[in-house]
Amino acid sequence: MDSVTPSTAPILEVTDLRTVFGTREGTVHAVNGVSFHLHEGELLGIVGESGSGKSVTVMSLLKLVPMPPAEIVSGRVMFNGRDLLKLGSSDLRRVRGGEIGFVFQDPMTSLNPVFTVGYQLMEPLQKHLGLSKAEARKRAAALLDLVGIPSAVDRLDDYPHQFSGGMRQRVMIAIALSCDPKLLIADEPTTALDVTIQAQILELVRKLRQELGMAMIWITHDLGVVAGIADRVIVMYGGLLVEHASVRDLYGNPQHPYTRALLETLPSLDSTRSKRLKTIFGQPPSLVAEPTSCPFAPRCQFAFDRCWKENPSIHTTNGGWADGRVSHDVACWWDIDQGAPRDDG
Amino acid sequence: MLRYAVRRLLFAIPTLLVISFIIFALLDLAPSDPTAQLPLTIPEEVREMIKKSLGLGQPFHIRYLKWLEQFMVNEPLNLIEQYWNIQIGDSESRLRVRSWSTRAPVVDLIADRLPQTLSVVGISYIVAILIAVPIGVVSAYKQYSIFDQLGTFISMVGFSVPTFFTGTVLIVIFSVMLGWLPSIYDTTLEVTDVDSFIAQFKQMIMPVMVLGLFNAAQLSRFMRSSMLDNLNQEYVRTARSKGLSEPVVILVHVLRNSMIPVVTVIALGLPSTFAGAIITEQIFRINGVGQLLIGAIEGADIPTVQTVTFIFAILIVLFNLVADLLYGILDPRIRYD
Repeated sequence: MDSVTPSTAPILEVTDLRTVFGTREGTVHAVNGVSFHLHEGELLGIVGESGSGKSVTVMSLLKLVPMPPAEIVSGRVMFNGRDLLKLGSSDLRRVRGGEIGFVFQDPMTSLNPVFTVGYQLMEPLQKHLGLSKAEARKRAAALLDLVGIPSAVDRLDDYPHQFSGGMRQRVMIAIALSCDPKLLIADEPTTALDVTIQAQILELVRKLRQELGMAMIWITHDLGVVAGIADRVIVMYGGLLVEHASVRDLYGNPQHPYTRALLETLPSLDSTRSKRLKTIFGQPPSLVAEPTSCPFAPRCQFAFDRCWKENPSIHTTNGGWADGRVSHDVACWWDIDQGAPRDDG
Repeated sequence: MLRYAVRRLLFAIPTLLVISFIIFALLDLAPSDPTAQLPLTIPEEVREMIKKSLGLGQPFHIRYLKWLEQFMVNEPLNLIEQYWNIQIGDSESRLRVRSWSTRAPVVDLIADRLPQTLSVVGISYIVAILIAVPIGVVSAYKQYSIFDQLGTFISMVGFSVPTFFTGTVLIVIFSVMLGWLPSIYDTTLEVTDVDSFIAQFKQMIMPVMVLGLFNAAQLSRFMRSSMLDNLNQEYVRTARSKGLSEPVVILVHVLRNSMIPVVTVIALGLPSTFAGAIITEQIFRINGVGQLLIGAIEGADIPTVQTVTFIFAILIVLFNLVADLLYGILDPRIRYD
């Protein structure tokens, strides 16, 4: 699914997003100046290990991070020509659920246990689309049918605990899709599910993308999932964007030592099985201060003196295609292809 | 649900039988003499005859079974006869549980006193809920705000200061110093017009507030912690991500979940409020069930004490069942089948 980026303006453009959390131990810098964009109908994968700031990044887009303790210190989130971070609360609520749908990680806890699935599905329909109760119910049944829940009409009156995990995630997807959003953000939607259910959900998402053609952001720490569905991928580490490329480029020619190390941790099906799974040595960084050096340096085999002094700027390694092909960007002082430090400033 | 309720009610019968036996046995073991308060000039033989006439000549198990028959069979029959105005058997010769001191049937005594107690306890409990729920919701939503800190402080004070102290302080301020409210509750007052309604309202303010604030202090804490538990749940984020407004998120999604444990606490707390009302009734001289019990204990009126205590026990067992049933209604995950 190596799609060619359309030449139209992106529907989402995030610039220099910074989110911090005020805690008793000090300020935690969860997102430190992340920029990315998304075109219509495109699927962007965001990968990174736990605590790399993936979820906080996407939550910040719609101010869904708990504020306080969180605070969005800077950034611009242009969506459909408006800066979401500057919207008033009622305008923001119209975007939430109405134009941008959200699917969360754990379907077991993401649905309200005391309301029926139908009620929770009809809420956004009545609010955003102004449907009457009967109309909303009809559409809710159609949505459940769309996400592959059998005998949808009868199941509207069931409570979340009467659904299995995979079915609940389908319900969550139905809620996120209910008002025909232009963008669907899925925050590790398959992490809490077992592999067969995960495969079903991925298949469903592929099908829905073809039918509805909306843009998606898919957060995961599973590189295999991203390879299967994404057009472009962002790799995050320590609240920073460290690499951005098309799926093919990222897997074929990873430029950042972290991406490379991540890919090496994947067990391979066709080579001989190694005794132990590969790991990345060391711990992910604590985010108590704004990064002044490369956050990956302590774990990096290529680290040299500049990495400890300066936070790497973003380099475009494939010339930044003007014809619409995806640029391959990396935040690293080491040129992995040349095996030498980069010479530019 | 109905089957469960019926089953639980049937289970309540052996429980209550055991409780009734314990109450009866404990009071029987207590060293009390119903003739102790009679003049000393009454000779010993007469005293013995008085005791015999009260039924004390019989052995323990006979007295227990008699009391059981009177309370469990005869009194309900009387109530049924009165209510539907019918005649079942020979109601004249049916023995009733009689007070040793007034010789009146205990059930009639309780029926006389119950309206006063119910109005004070019932209204105070409603006041407590009406105060506690909003305070709990706001304290949790604005956790660690000045409102929350103040609420925590006041409920700590309200919970740790006993009602006999707050009641007395209120009497000193509003009855003695300001003279706004009566310090004694007039049970003979009948509400017929606006003036008597105002008088009734004025005499109820203090007992209701003393009892209500005491209960509100505890309930608001429960409400707050239950809200806090739920505010961090992921379904709250889902509700916000759907674009719902904050009032809907808090008052529909979070409150509904938070009420589940709180309703249980409310139902379980109601019978103990009856017991707590005894002190308040004593302070404000409310002629209620609590006063009846205190008077009966002081006068060694064992049948009255047994009966009132047993009615409290029935209330506790009953409201336990009510709490469980409410739990099943509020939480769809709980099914009693």
